[in-house]
Amino acid sequence: MDLSYGAEYEAFRAEVRDFISAHRDQAPKGEGMRSEKVLKWQKLLIEHGYAARTIPEAYGGFGAEPDVLTSRIIAEEFANAQVSPGLGGQGISMLVPTLLEVGSEEQRQAFIPPTIHGEMVWCQGYSEPGAGSDLASLRTAAVLDGDEWVVNGQKIWTSTAHLADWIFCLVRTEPDAPKHQGISFLLFRMDTPGIEIRPLVDMTGTANFNEVFFTDVRVPKQQIVGARGQGWQVANSILRHERASLGDPNIMLSRLNALIKLMQSETIDGRRVIDLPAYRDRLMRIQGRVMALGFNDMRLLSARINQKDASLAGMVVKLQGTELRHELEQLGIDAMGELGLAYGKNPYLRDHGNWQTHYMYYLGLIIGGGTSQIQKNIISERGLGLPREPKVAAKAAASA
Amino acid sequence: MDFGLSEEQTLFQDTLNSFLTDQVGLERVRRIAGGEESASAVWAELAELGVSALLVPEEHGGVGLKPLDAAIAAECLGYHATPSPFLGSAVMGPTALLLAGGQGERLERLAAGELRIGIALGEAIAARAEAGVSAADGKLNGKALYVLDYGADEYLVADSDRGLHLVAAGDLEHQPLSTVEKTRPTGELVLKDTPAIHLSADPDHFQAVLDAGRVMLAADTLGAAQNMLDQAVAYAQEREQFNRPIGSFQAVKHMCAEMAAHLEPCRAMVWYAGHALSEVPEEAHLTACHAKAHLAEVGTFIARTATEVHGGMGFTDLLGLHYWFKRIGFNRQALGAPELVREEAARAQQLAA
Repeated sequence: MDLSYGAEYEAFRAEVRDFISAHRDQAPKGEGMRSEKVLKWQKLLIEHGYAARTIPEAYGGFGAEPDVLTSRIIAEEFANAQVSPGLGGQGISMLVPTLLEVGSEEQRQAFIPPTIHGEMVWCQGYSEPGAGSDLASLRTAAVLDGDEWVVNGQKIWTSTAHLADWIFCLVRTEPDAPKHQGISFLLFRMDTPGIEIRPLVDMTGTANFNEVFFTDVRVPKQQIVGARGQGWQVANSILRHERASLGDPNIMLSRLNALIKLMQSETIDGRRVIDLPAYRDRLMRIQGRVMALGFNDMRLLSARINQKDASLAGMVVKLQGTELRHELEQLGIDAMGELGLAYGKNPYLRDHGNWQTHYMYYLGLIIGGGTSQIQKNIISERGLGLPREPKVAAKAAASA
Repeated sequence: MDFGLSEEQTLFQDTLNSFLTDQVGLERVRRIAGGEESASAVWAELAELGVSALLVPEEHGGVGLKPLDAAIAAECLGYHATPSPFLGSAVMGPTALLLAGGQGERLERLAAGELRIGIALGEAIAARAEAGVSAADGKLNGKALYVLDYGADEYLVADSDRGLHLVAAGDLEHQPLSTVEKTRPTGELVLKDTPAIHLSADPDHFQAVLDAGRVMLAADTLGAAQNMLDQAVAYAQEREQFNRPIGSFQAVKHMCAEMAAHLEPCRAMVWYAGHALSEVPEEAHLTACHAKAHLAEVGTFIARTATEVHGGMGFTDLLGLHYWFKRIGFNRQALGAPELVREEAARAQQLAA
């Protein structure tokens, strides 16, 4: 057990801190992602290696060797200073790593530089009304017509569709192949004729997602990542990135601190909620679980550095993290009682109503990104070696 | 940075596990639990492996290792439901003697496995009716209930002010108390002007001994729960109903996944809590409380769920699954039930009066 990062890394941490204190006045605070301030900040971060750190210089990045600890230190310092760590989003976190892995040289040069600089915003077109947990059964079709793919179908849960310039999209190009081998990974502009975006209002009252409809959308033939029929493998490597990023215990820790503050300020009959043993015990129970996930996260970080196997510890993060977060938000609401119901315009609203928002939003995340039930299948089959569920005979055969 | 066990620690874990698998299997546990065989021989064998000497400094004939190493041993003992006086004689006893100082001779006997110290701290954690110990003029009076590692040569007793004392079994009345858990004997001490060695009046010493004990119980539960999960997974792969292994039904496989999802983060938590005892003193108390309480909750869930995966067989004595079920139940109550320990965690952060 050695919890120190070492002198070299602590020197790097000091560098990051110096940078932040010297430049924090230039950091955006809630400006839109297209604003000049945001784009300038992103450029500055890349130049100093605090964003797009491991992206090769040839593609507009900083070009550093991947190093788990430096990335962690950068994230920690920007979070502690409450300064914007630069742009995120599905293009940067998911598409760019994929292009680096399986994209053509042309694609990397065309898409990576503008994406990491925030000039090209992406959305992800995976799920469909009929293809949720069983994503590989997706039916949005792309048929080759001369030098163009012609795309028809519908996507759902496309979170930034209304803001995006481009979409990375899974489509069926080989209708006669087995379902996992008939999918391809296409890139196309969101202003291509034939695309219709409809906002999808969810239980929070906001349209956090969209439905996207494709009618004879024409896509240049070369805008495919990987070979025809290999889209499933491409998509799977990205899904692993997404799962690991849901349920981050460090974000949970700051939320726990907000909960403690709330329980210290809210009162019932003149007594602080935190002084009521029943509420306090629930808080401590949650703190213990947050702590366990935090140590689990340290173990995972260490396993990546030292190339040790901690695969089961990684598989449980999405399931545990999102479920715990939902419970944490619930306690925030319970601590306020009827006041906890306040939502929207209400003079008694606490913390902008974000306890209710997060409570609902995290239920969404329990479902999204691979439902809790799918996570349990993964844990039990890949983690514990339990047998897969036998396949049900095809519907067509049964109904014939 | 390396958050995890070193190669030496992993080797120690493997050695201890294979010894327990070969020499102290379920049949031997059954005989000891049933009173047909004494647990003393197991402790002598463990002492030969150095388990009794882990925390005793080399100058007193010990191995001079750290609490994290002891937590690794505790996890192994829990995994095999091993009857042994490890908690008192290898951890809490030596910790108290080291804090008190000047106890070299006792430490040597502890390291050799020749001295066993039972633990009577319960009254200073949560005194129940008719129990409590007072100290005056080098003598103890009162009653200590639910003494851990009963059958020892000496007992570590806490008075109502959290002072620590050592009494000899020969100087007092005592009797065993039957409990549901047969792998670890329990008893009561009746103290009537019993002569005692005063080890410490410092409540921080009491707390340090208690924290160490709680982390060991958490580690014991980690091992016991891991064993129950392993047994449940193996059974779900082998047992067939409706012409297929029950582990292929989502209802069953999700029970297993939930157990693993709750248990796996506990491993890192126990490691850290063990590490903090000696290396991060400012966090030791809080992490010990949370490890104890959280493992109690996760352990209880797994004890129940793993039994259910086994269906009716889980309920029988034939499989012996209940030894682990009861061990986890014992660890939950010993040295502070979860509600009490969480309240201590709140106090440690000034979140409770």
